[in-house]
Amino acid sequence: MSTAWVSGSLPVSVDADKCIADKGCTICVDVCPLDVLEIDATSGKAVMRYDECWYCLPCEQDCPTGAIHVDIPYLLR
Amino acid sequence: MSEDKSITVDVLVIGGGTAGPMAAIKAKQANPQLRVLLLEKAHVKRSGAISMGMDGLNNAVVPGHATPEQYVREITVANDGIVNQHTLMAYARNSYPMIEELDRWGVKFEKDETGDYAVKKVHHVGTYVLPMPEGHDIKKVLYRQLRKHGVEISNRLVATRLFKDKDGRIAGAAAIDSRTAEFHVVRAKSVILCTGAAGRLGLPASGYLFGTYENPTNAGDGYSMAYHAGAELSGIECFQINPLIKDYNGPSCAYVTGPFGGYTANALGQRFIECDYWSGQMMLEFYNELAGGKGPVFLKLDHLADETLTKIEDILHANERPSRGRFHAGRGTDYRAQAVEMHISEIGLCSGHSASGVWVDEHARTTVPGLYAAGDLACVPHNYMLGAFVYGKLAGEDAARYCAEQQPGEIATADIVAERERVLAPLSRTEGLSPNQVEYKLRRMVNDYLQPPKVTKKMELGLARFAEIAADLQRIVARNPHELMRANEVSFILDCAEMAARASLYRTESRWGLYHYRLDHPERNDTDWFVHVQLHKGEDGAMRCFKRAVEPYIIEVGEHERDAYSRLRIHQHEVAA
Ligand SMILES: Cc1cc2nc3c(=O)[nH]c(=O)nc-3n(C[C@H](O)[C@H](O)[C@H](O)COP(=O)(O)OP(=O)(O)OC[C@H]3O[C@@H](n4cnc5c(N)ncnc54)[C@H](O)[C@@H]3O)c2cc1C
Ligand code: SF4
Ligand code: SF4
Repeated sequence: MSTAWVSGSLPVSVDADKCIADKGCTICVDVCPLDVLEIDATSGKAVMRYDECWYCLPCEQDCPTGAIHVDIPYLLR
Repeated sequence: MSEDKSITVDVLVIGGGTAGPMAAIKAKQANPQLRVLLLEKAHVKRSGAISMGMDGLNNAVVPGHATPEQYVREITVANDGIVNQHTLMAYARNSYPMIEELDRWGVKFEKDETGDYAVKKVHHVGTYVLPMPEGHDIKKVLYRQLRKHGVEISNRLVATRLFKDKDGRIAGAAAIDSRTAEFHVVRAKSVILCTGAAGRLGLPASGYLFGTYENPTNAGDGYSMAYHAGAELSGIECFQINPLIKDYNGPSCAYVTGPFGGYTANALGQRFIECDYWSGQMMLEFYNELAGGKGPVFLKLDHLADETLTKIEDILHANERPSRGRFHAGRGTDYRAQAVEMHISEIGLCSGHSASGVWVDEHARTTVPGLYAAGDLACVPHNYMLGAFVYGKLAGEDAARYCAEQQPGEIATADIVAERERVLAPLSRTEGLSPNQVEYKLRRMVNDYLQPPKVTKKMELGLARFAEIAADLQRIVARNPHELMRANEVSFILDCAEMAARASLYRTESRWGLYHYRLDHPERNDTDWFVHVQLHKGEDGAMRCFKRAVEPYIIEVGEHERDAYSRLRIHQHEVAA
């Protein structure tokens, strides 16, 4: 399939210093109803993989270290 | 082709949001020997409409504040007479016991100084809103009960189709894993559909596919599955359309703020509707105000005392849609100084809010033996969260009884093979369309052709566009299991779009205010259309609509009461007088 790079602002950001996915945490990935988060294979940290966020906040609320911040998606802001 | 995963249970509950967990718990309570599986697309801990709690119960029938008879009358009137009162009554009678049970389980409802439930008036006539300012833990409470009762849970499984045996009884379901794309077959004596609203039907004005009013996990999966299983659906033309915070697209929320003194106003700061309870009639006045030169419409709060506003913020910014506060901050909106701009949502199908759903009786039975439906996708008008719990309970208990008398049904191998091939096909393609491209186009067409006011020619054109998109489904490419889930959701959305168009075209009158306002049939016509419009898949595989008579009422509705919801508009000369 043909592909193109699309750059843009994503609503979910993860503070890599605070994220403890490398110690086995997957909580945000588990709770997201849209399944848009993933533990990145290279960095070992949580990342937003799909721009499909309902800005509902379970990921942010349930993260044990406060590593996640959710912004309102740019198109709605 | 790898081996399919397969499992055999007694009761399969599909969807673990609100109705689903209750159905599973109640089936287990009714008969602890049964194997009950709760299958969930996301994760039961945080899935569905109530993932972050709820602002309150919109339809609590609490003794001392309301009676089941009053409630049945109010919803009959709010839904312009087209109701099966037996289903409303089953809800109303079970409403209070359900509140008490949830309370015992640890769900927090607002109480007054004497410990009684602090019910508020928001509806046009009666008093039914019970706030839950500390309701954020509701999913945790349900999860604890699921564990306690030994309900089996499978997360991240997307159900795609139901299976029947040769006698037409329900026999199980197919599902795909959204992380691995493995194909699952679940055999079950009975299936309870609890997959929520069709929330990804219209495209939000923001253009963001997932910026919907409903939790966008709910793409209309259950509507589509019930349809393909041959079940009757009802009231599909009675769309869900809500008054929401513009762009944010969540409730503002008049039910919370109303009892504190907030109200909906036009650009001149004038009230124009008597009652903020969401109904088609209210939405029509909202639409008229937007179109009539006095718009936009706002939620007005700036006249309230500072401490009241702090209380409102504590509720609205911590519960249900807690990112509301973040949205307002980004725009510099402070309830103390600015009114909140509101707008009309995209269309959806949801009996929780309006009336479109899978046809059920007062035991949550659909027209397919062994198949039940509960919650937003089951046609019990204005049922909301407590209705999802009550019908989850009714379904779970009845399914447990049904199972005791049944032998498991046989699923034909050919059916399994065909379904596996259908759902996995996008993974095997390398050239074609991406799921989100097709979804965007489909939902834009839904807006262009189906958003009320409805126009016959436009809806016919819409059907032509949907048929083209049906052909595009054969070209969707999924690069991974996640995209495979999205690709399958597009087909659910397409089914819902076609149902919405056909049911709307069939009912050649206007009813339910804006929900079914047809410009070329602008009048309500009780002579021909005081009936339910049913929709199903005919013997020939084509979509068919037909009329079903309204059951004789068990609660009489007086002449004058009947039109109460058509008299919501406040005329300015009355205010001046
Ligand atoms: C923003 C918002 C505010 C609301 N506010 C109120 C309120 O204040 N008071 C009130 O009474 N009601 C309110 N409601 C309505 C109430 O929340 C719903 O009526 C009720 O929760 C619906 O329950 P449900 O079980 O039908 O759907 P949900 O709770 O949404 O559950 C559906 C579940 O099915 C799962 N699912 C979907 N498709 C599949 C599939 N193919 N396979 C497997 N699983 C699947 C989903 O992941 C989800 O968990 C509100 C709704 C929304 C969206
Ligand atoms: S929940 Fe927090 S700590 Fe855990 S993986 Fe996600 S971001 Fe990292
Ligand atoms: S806000 Fe909701 S949808 Fe967005 S990433 Fe977090 S949990 Fe997922």
